[in-house]
Amino acid sequence: MVPLEEVKKMELPADVKKKLTLPFEEHFYAGHTACQGCGAALGLRYVLKAYGGKAIFTIPACCSTIIAGPWPYSALNAPLFHTAFETTGAVISGIEAALKAKGYKVKGEDGIMVVGWAGDGGTADIGLQALSGFLERGHDALYIMYDNEAYMNTGIQRSSSTPYGAWTTNTPGGKKHFLEQRPKKKVIDIVIAHKPAYAATASVAYPEDFMKKLKKAQTIKGPAFIQLFAPCPTGWRAPTDKTIELARLAVQTAYFPLFEYENGKYKINMPSPNKEPKPIEEFIKLQGRFKYMTKEDMEILQEWVLREWDELKKKAEIFG
Amino acid sequence: MAESPFKADIERVQKEYSEKMTPGAIVYIPGSSVVNKTGGWRVFMPQFNREKCIRCFMCYTLCPEPAIYLDEESYPVFDYDYCKGCGICANECPTKAIEMVRESK
Repeated sequence: MVPLEEVKKMELPADVKKKLTLPFEEHFYAGHTACQGCGAALGLRYVLKAYGGKAIFTIPACCSTIIAGPWPYSALNAPLFHTAFETTGAVISGIEAALKAKGYKVKGEDGIMVVGWAGDGGTADIGLQALSGFLERGHDALYIMYDNEAYMNTGIQRSSSTPYGAWTTNTPGGKKHFLEQRPKKKVIDIVIAHKPAYAATASVAYPEDFMKKLKKAQTIKGPAFIQLFAPCPTGWRAPTDKTIELARLAVQTAYFPLFEYENGKYKINMPSPNKEPKPIEEFIKLQGRFKYMTKEDMEILQEWVLREWDELKKKAEIFG
Repeated sequence: MAESPFKADIERVQKEYSEKMTPGAIVYIPGSSVVNKTGGWRVFMPQFNREKCIRCFMCYTLCPEPAIYLDEESYPVFDYDYCKGCGICANECPTKAIEMVRESK
């Protein structure tokens, strides 16, 4: 056995590097303070792998503020700007404009990527107007919303991205059946209404697909937006080892379909539009947050999922 | 347990931050989070069976820490200093070459 410190310095053989579907260089360091099985930490690792050290990150108040590390530590091998909750869109616009004014190359194969990395609360609720402004002004930056479907950092409060029937600390269930009553807000549709250069949904269970989308966001000129599905075992009351399984089932049940929007055209990546998606029960039964759901609640959620899925399929047919 | 490969980094971080405060409290050493040994959070630890491994790199790809490295024969190596024991690698392994066992300290 080779000792670990030797392994870390090792160069991989060329044939193995070819077999690897992700870049080998690691720019996200261990020792960060994410919970066990965190989907957001995994997503951040992929983004750093895709752009290497050539990215400037902006992180508002969200789980990632903590994941990146308490002062004076940082888990990222990239410049990182911690900012206020509602300002991610504004800050990435400013950084991009400043870089351009200073004469740096932004975006493109060898340019600097300006990345906003915000949670669902900081995007769908609090940061929506800054996001709208960023998309409307058309800055050459990338906004990634990692969607864990509640305010996880402050203790699992509902956000507008929380799905119907979910338990959170302010939709506690109980005898009066006080559960989340509103369906999940479709932020990606709000973004597409701005006609951005590139918008896509991605999932941590499909890293190759996510990596492809990140590369595409790098080469296309204009504003880009990616909604990343990142399960949170702590907040979803799920076992920590089921993170990837949950993310995969969310795609296979069409609860969170993966698609791209580019030059006014929709393209569905997953699941296959010709096949019937899996029933939503498979996704629900792994999670403790849905345990208060009745049979009727489950039917309402299933109906919503299929309605949205049909709508997306029609969009892909018309604008394909 | 082997000595940390980041020992020099850790010492540098601790020394430099103790000596001076940066303007605006800027953190100027990237990746200094290696100081936190998160391996202490672990309850179950992954145990690797080399015979069953088919080298698909699934565990390496899906580790959120990252606490899995690849050796010169491209078999996974686990970094128990930082592994939090989430069990994603064991759950996603197609040949069940990784098993989660309760750790006794």
